[in-house]
This record gives sequence, structure tokens and C-alpha cells, in this order.
Amino acid sequence: MNNMIVMPMIIPLLTGIILVFFRSYIKVQRVLSFLALVATAGVSVYLLNKIQTDGILRLDFGGWRPPYGILFVADSFSVLLVLTTAIVSAIVLLYAFSSIGFKRENMFFYPFALLLVAGVNGSFLTGDLFNLFVCFEVMLLASYVLITLGGKKVQLVESIKYVAINVLSSWFFLLGIAYLYGTVGTLNMAHLSARVAEVGQGPLLTVISILFLIVFSLKSGLLLYFWLPGSYSAPPTAIAALFGALLTKVGIYAMFRMFTLIFYHEPSITHTMIGVMAALTLIGGSLGAIAYKDIRQIVSYNVIITVGFILVGLAVSTEVGFQGAIFYLVHDMLIKALLFLLAGTMIYLTGKTRIEEMSGLIGNYPLLGWLFFLTTLSLAGIPPLSGFLGKLYIGQGAVEAGSYGLLALAFISGMLVLYSLLRIFMNTFWGETIISEEEEVPLKKSLLLPCVLLGIATIALGIGAESLLVYVEDAAYTLMNPEVYVDAVLGNRK
Amino acid sequence: METLITILAGVLVTVAVYLLLSRSIIRIILGSAVLSHAVHLLLMVMGGLKKGSVPLLGEVSDRYTDALPQALILTAIVISFAVTAFLLVLAYRTYQETGSDDLREMRGFTDE
Repeated sequence: MNNMIVMPMIIPLLTGIILVFFRSYIKVQRVLSFLALVATAGVSVYLLNKIQTDGILRLDFGGWRPPYGILFVADSFSVLLVLTTAIVSAIVLLYAFSSIGFKRENMFFYPFALLLVAGVNGSFLTGDLFNLFVCFEVMLLASYVLITLGGKKVQLVESIKYVAINVLSSWFFLLGIAYLYGTVGTLNMAHLSARVAEVGQGPLLTVISILFLIVFSLKSGLLLYFWLPGSYSAPPTAIAALFGALLTKVGIYAMFRMFTLIFYHEPSITHTMIGVMAALTLIGGSLGAIAYKDIRQIVSYNVIITVGFILVGLAVSTEVGFQGAIFYLVHDMLIKALLFLLAGTMIYLTGKTRIEEMSGLIGNYPLLGWLFFLTTLSLAGIPPLSGFLGKLYIGQGAVEAGSYGLLALAFISGMLVLYSLLRIFMNTFWGETIISEEEEVPLKKSLLLPCVLLGIATIALGIGAESLLVYVEDAAYTLMNPEVYVDAVLGNRK
Repeated sequence: METLITILAGVLVTVAVYLLLSRSIIRIILGSAVLSHAVHLLLMVMGGLKKGSVPLLGEVSDRYTDALPQALILTAIVISFAVTAFLLVLAYRTYQETGSDDLREMRGFTDE
């Protein structure tokens, strides 16, 4: 029992609600929302270290012992993601301060961004399946508002599809919960794990697990990603960066939990399916990334490739593979936020979105160019940047499991990521400088600062990987041995 | 009774699928609302319909009704209400901007 566990959800939630009453005080909103996220990050660092000494922490709400009440469970995996969420969203908010515009700030941008973070953190921390559904909805409703905020025509048209597909998948989620409750009679994740292990994962439970697989695939963009490129291209940069960094990751997290904690008995069916879906996602995402010439589309397809890549780690299901996937998740939240911010900044500076319409930007904005190059290298997994270790471990996991097909696809897609981003880099930053010094839109320092911070973060994460590895190893160990999680939750009942 | 409700849920799902597959936004919204009701009914059946007395301390009975599904449905109904309300406003705003509620006319990525 530790009351701190609820903080990563409560701090953004309460701050978000309070900020609704400070609508016209933009300065107050900015300061408070930033401080709330910094406080969340602080709490998660504390929790992360506490878990290393005390083991998995849990908080039973209202003192109802599991499996009867709802509870929050904090293991290394979830708290690592909570910490990264807090850091990334704080930095993205810094970018939003000077880019989102008064109209959106005045229309509750900060409260909804905080509610989004609350939903994301809640989804990472909850130990109850129905509570996961509720946290998903908190996150999704906030995202519906954020994607439509501003009400431009393209935003509205794209968000209709985004909202419709997510509402549909939410009802499928609820359907899955209904079936699962009817079959095993519990919704506490640890209890589910114990009961499924007890009765054996028969055909019926496997079908239910595939229903969950479809739901989370829709949410994370695994194979069922057709809605993603359009809706991630429509909103303004800061919001797109939040989406690209956080939303798909929650789906991926849920999939990892479901298929390592509860439905891990039939890997020949479920994990093979995940492997096939990941492979198709890698192929489809790569094709999209090299086919389009609109920067926002290319960047969105890069999100899809990553989803496929991380789930290769789940499909192979070895401890090293999990370590790689966790490390890559953390890395990708940072780097996707950076990529979206850079792409948005380029569009803001030139007023164009297609790569053939820009040229020679490095002459005008050298630091921006080098940051983009750094991002490209980091995404491609060049050591010592942060993408390297994740790629290495996922690759090693695939070799251990003998899935050479997935291994080949994962690394070919890595090449195509490099190609798609270098194509942006060469077309836009190299070549003749077409913007003269008089026409040059000044690059505000406040826009560049968040990008530099994220750039430093990716270098630091790459070089300081050693110190993070302790937590990643613990997280992967828990994923590999579900009984650790089950014991921590149901332990003192026995 | 359980069989009857299950069949009813099935009929609702059929209607919902038909509506969801149409091109008009308003039908899709109605379809998602009907689908949510179907799922709520199914959730109720899964917990078992009324089997015994209320699960309260002091009630003496050898059978009790499972209260959990009802708590779940209540939460889900609230969420479904919020989402449907949001979707309706969104559809109206989109109609104002584009003058259409036909999804086929909204295809493709358009700038501004």
C-alpha cells in the first residue's frame, strides 16, 4: 500500500479540473500545467526507485482487498512509461506555449492536455481491466477534443473518422470484458491471470484474447492503422506530437499486459498472430513512409513502423526481446515527439508541407537541420544514440526465438525509416537555399528549446543506457514471469 | 430469460452493423449508440440475470444477484452518453463546415 501510486493520475486530473476555472488567465494555466507535469515526473522517479527496493507496489482503493476492489499496480514497466509520459508531455507543452495560439489556449487546451496525460497514466497504472477501459475513455475523450480544437475543416473531417473508429473499438473492448467476465468471473488482471492459468486457456478464452488483440490493434495501429496517418496529420504540431508520442503507446502497453500476464498459454496461436500482424505493419508502414511526399504523412507512417517494430519484441517473447521492446518504447516516446515537433517547425517556417517545395533550409536554420539529422540517426539506431540498444535487444530476442523472418523485416524496415527521413533531410535541408535572408521567418528560441531538450534526452538516453538498464531488466523480468505480478497483487490473500 | 436477452442483443448488433456500414454520418452515430446498448445488455446477461436477493449485509438468502455487471453498465452508459453527445456535436459542426454528411465526399487528405 502506497498512496503515491495514484499521484501520476491525480495530479494532472485535479490540475486540469482546476484550470478550467482559470480560463482567461493564460499565464496561470501555462505555469500550473507545466508544474503539474514536472511534479508527476518527480513522483514517478520516486516510485521507480521504491519499486527497486520494495518490489511491485499496489494501492487498493477504499481498502477493498483484491480481487474485490479496484486497484493501481506499479511495476517497473508501467512506471517507466509514466515517467517518460510526464517528461515528454512537459516538453511538448513548452513547445505549445509559443505555437498553439491564443484561441486554443483560451478554449481549454491545457486542461484537456492534462486530462489526456491523466488518462494515459491511469491506463499504465491500473490493475483492473474495466478500470483500464475507463482510463482509455478518459484519454480518448480528451484526445477527441484536442484533435478537433480549433475547428478547421480538415481537422473536423479527419476527426470524424478518428472518433468513429475509436468509439467502435471501445465497444468491442467492452464486449471483450463482458465475455471475459462471463467466462472466468473476475476483472482484476492478476486474478484473471491466476484463474486463466488454473482452468487452462481453452479455445473459448483464446477467441476472447483475439478479440482483445483486435481492440488494442485498432488503438495502437497494429495492422489496423488506416485511420492513423490522416488523423495524426490534421491537428496542430504540439497536439500531433502528444498523439504521436503517447496514444499508440498506450495500446502497445495494453497488448503487452494482456499477452504476457493473462493470455500467455497459447503462444502458437496468439503470439504467431501478433508476429504476422507486426510483419504486415512493418511492410505497410514502410511502403507508406517512402510513398508520400507530405512531411506529416511520412512522419505519421513512421509511427506505424515503430508499432510493428516494438511488437516484434512481444511476438518473439524472450526476456531479451522484452527488454528491447521496453527500451525502444521509452526511446520512441522521446524521439517521436521530437520528430513531430521538428516536422511541425519546418512547416511553420516555410508554410509548405511537401518536401519538394522546400530546399536549403540548413542555410537558414543550421541548428534545426542538425537536430533533424540527429533524429534521423537516432531513429535508425546508430550508436551511441538511444535507438541503438532497443534495436539490438529486439534483434537478439528474435535470433534467440529463431524468428529470422521477423528479424529481417524489422531491420529492412529500419533501413526504410532511414531512407524516408534522409529523403526529407536531403530534399529540404540540402540544395540551393531558396529563402533569402529578408524573407526568412525568424525561428523563435522558444520553439527551438523543446526540440533541443528532446535532442539532449535522446543522446543522454543513449549514453546513459547503462543506468536505465536496471529498471528495464526488472520490467522485462516481471513481464517474463507473470507469477511475480500475481503474487504481488494477491499475495497476502493466500 | 437469458436466451431471450442474448437474442435481443444479437438483433441489436445486426441493426448496429447495418447502420455502421452506411455512408451517412448520422446513421453511423446511431449505429454506434445501438451497438453500445447491445453490449450493455450482453454485459448484463454475462453476470447472470436476477437470481436471488440484493447483495447487502443483513439480507438473508441462499442466493444473491451479482451486482458488479450493473456497476459496470452504469459506468459504460455514462461514457456512451458522453461520447455520443460529442459525436453529434462534431457531426453537426462538420456539416456546417462542409455542407455534407456523406463520408464518401470526405475522402482523401485535403489541405485547409
